[in-house]
Amino acid sequence: MTAPKPAPAKAPLPEPVLNRKNGILMADRRWPTDQWAHPWSLPGYRNGALMLAGIILGILGGGALIGELSKWGDKLYALMAAFATAKGISTVAVDAVWVAIKVLIVLHVILVNGLWSIWWERKISAHIQSRVGPTYAGGFHGWAQTICDGIKLFLKEDITPAAADHWVHALAPAIVIAPCIAAFAPVLFGTDLAAARLDVGTLYVFAFAGISVIGVVMAGWASGNKYSLLGGLRAAAQIVSYELPRGFSVVPVIMFAGSLDLSVIADAQSGYWWGVAPRWFVFYPVVGQVAFLIFLIASIAETNRTPFDIPEAESELVGGFHTEYSGMKWSVFFLAEYAYVLLASFLLATFFLGGGGSPLPWAPFTLVPSWIWMLSKAMFMMFVFLWVRWTLPRLRVDQLMDFNWKFLLPWSFANIAVAGLYLAFWLK
Amino acid sequence: MTSEAATAAIPALRSDQLFVNLGPQHPSTHGVLRVGLTIEGEVIVKAVPDIGYLHRGTEKLAEARGYHHCVVLTDRWDYVASMPNNLVFCLAAEKLLGVKATPRADALRVMMCELNRIASHLLFVGTYGIDIGAFTPFLYAFREREMILDLFEMVCGARLTYNYIRLGGVMVDVTPEWTAKLKEFLEYFKPKIDEYDQLLSYNPIFMARTQGVGLITAAEAVSWSLSGPNLRGSGVVYDARKADPYCGYENYDFDVVVGKEGSCWDRYFCRVTEMRQSVRIVEQVLAKLPEGPVMAAGVAKIPKPAPGEAYAHVEAARGDLGVHLVSDGGVSPFRMHVRAPSFLNLAILQEKLVGMKISDVIALLGSTDIVLGEVDR
Repeated sequence: MTAPKPAPAKAPLPEPVLNRKNGILMADRRWPTDQWAHPWSLPGYRNGALMLAGIILGILGGGALIGELSKWGDKLYALMAAFATAKGISTVAVDAVWVAIKVLIVLHVILVNGLWSIWWERKISAHIQSRVGPTYAGGFHGWAQTICDGIKLFLKEDITPAAADHWVHALAPAIVIAPCIAAFAPVLFGTDLAAARLDVGTLYVFAFAGISVIGVVMAGWASGNKYSLLGGLRAAAQIVSYELPRGFSVVPVIMFAGSLDLSVIADAQSGYWWGVAPRWFVFYPVVGQVAFLIFLIASIAETNRTPFDIPEAESELVGGFHTEYSGMKWSVFFLAEYAYVLLASFLLATFFLGGGGSPLPWAPFTLVPSWIWMLSKAMFMMFVFLWVRWTLPRLRVDQLMDFNWKFLLPWSFANIAVAGLYLAFWLK
Repeated sequence: MTSEAATAAIPALRSDQLFVNLGPQHPSTHGVLRVGLTIEGEVIVKAVPDIGYLHRGTEKLAEARGYHHCVVLTDRWDYVASMPNNLVFCLAAEKLLGVKATPRADALRVMMCELNRIASHLLFVGTYGIDIGAFTPFLYAFREREMILDLFEMVCGARLTYNYIRLGGVMVDVTPEWTAKLKEFLEYFKPKIDEYDQLLSYNPIFMARTQGVGLITAAEAVSWSLSGPNLRGSGVVYDARKADPYCGYENYDFDVVVGKEGSCWDRYFCRVTEMRQSVRIVEQVLAKLPEGPVMAAGVAKIPKPAPGEAYAHVEAARGDLGVHLVSDGGVSPFRMHVRAPSFLNLAILQEKLVGMKISDVIALLGSTDIVLGEVDR
């Protein structure tokens, strides 16, 4: 009987201080602390700032070269009229073509705005949230991302749920977008630059913007989905309620300007106090700021954006009234939402920020044509919309209503009274 | 006037009640929870939570696996904070086996569990912001959580299911490079908590949505057996780390955070403040990290504990997590039972949801911070 063999001596394994994976991870891991210590040391930031300055200077310079757009419009109309008289064509035909051109321009403002503002919202929200947003599509900061998304939406299957009321379901997006396009008719894009000059322009815009809620309710009801129904009903209650303070907050502006015509309202803000401070309505002491804030808040609520996005509250109602929409029907809702944001931005610029007027009465500013000022002011207001949206949480339904009926509406009434005092004693 | 009183006064206006399925696929149920809601307008009349969509039977699976292998199963309970899951099973099994972890292993266990608590509470802060409608805090919270997951990945190679705490100690020791990274993270993270406070905690809209909503009194919280921040949010001072210290928690200086009225905001703010306390604990562990081995000697490859029972509980991120192990002398547990805090915290919902608005349902559901992996197990 042999003794059991002694086990072969194993070579002792080295103690792993830094194992292979561990070491690689240590070396490769880039933390935000590394990247954000000195952002300006990154060439990307420097190049971005240079590029932004170049774009802004290019727009201003190009704008100064082009000059006022209304002038070019008048020239085009005169050319068409001359052509018509030479050929013996009726002036009615010239006017019809002219109206068609204006309608097409406004339509394209809305469509291009959809492309632009979705991209812009994605970039701004990304930078607010310490991301970079789309960077790939198109090459330059993902500028073509919205176009690609649009193509995808075109190609998507258009689904109508079996439980839906087919006709109403299909009609709802049209009812949302059509009044929105119509509401743009009197909107000023610069001095004397509007598709139609209406002496009741303010009333017209509010009247048409209020019709869209019918489409939202139709969408919510016809989808055959309980979440959609709740979203549609919430939208109806909210939009109808916020129409009131939104309308009343503009009354002081109308009183000061003495007209409902948007061009007159914009012109009434020309001139400067002490030769420096622009006579914009937002700078009228107390009344101007209160009216501006109420109008801004009510506009955010009208466009169903956070903190008032309860009709499509994602965490509660999944998608709200557009839960059951897909493809182009869904994107029409989206287009309408962004068109309303644009409408509210232009209205804010017209009512409170002096329309196409320059903020300072001196040379480099006054050379810039009014449509660029108007656009810059509107885009700044749109930025405020996005900024608010990506910062604040959402209110509850009853808090939303309380805020409207117990806070905004009384203050807008009080504002009208103070504006009356101004008219009686100050602005005689 | 409540809606019931209003409808009773005017019977002609009585509207139909609507049954709504909140979940299992819904953005705000944090997993596959289904709540059957009967609503009248926006007000809840009846709420029935329905669970079991994520049931994987880990308690039964444990009866067919060795003790070492069971640690892997524990990772899948509360997958948002799985270090305490590892720990509680190991503590129970070590009681059965009569093994004691080394001092360095104990300190590392405390450090990892506290880091994981921060990661878990960060996820809560972010997703609760989304529930209330603020999307941005979510990405801020995830940015910091990502760094903790990086730390875990550096030390044990996994980002979610760590399997790091083992019977008798921990899987692998930390390196000086890792400790330096951890210090860098703590310095980076401390001011970030104030940032969340500015952005979310003291936001007037957030406070209006959560303060005074979903009130749970201290007596209710105790009788429904809530634990963790849900219990402490109601003002009950109970923390397993203080009440029944394990792994040397008695050596570290930290406070038990309690809320005032038991509202959603109190539960939320308890968690935010607990992150500060966890940072304190991690700093203390780092300051006095003992030297030595990280694995106790004498843990068999196939442990066969003597017949008996053992119960261990720890303060996990979601509450008092307990494991009851019964051994019959075999290679695998005869029975394993888990006291899952999420499961018990969920039970109070069916009583509390009635009479709330739909938006408040999301606020309350989010504030209980359930993880369905732990509810269903």
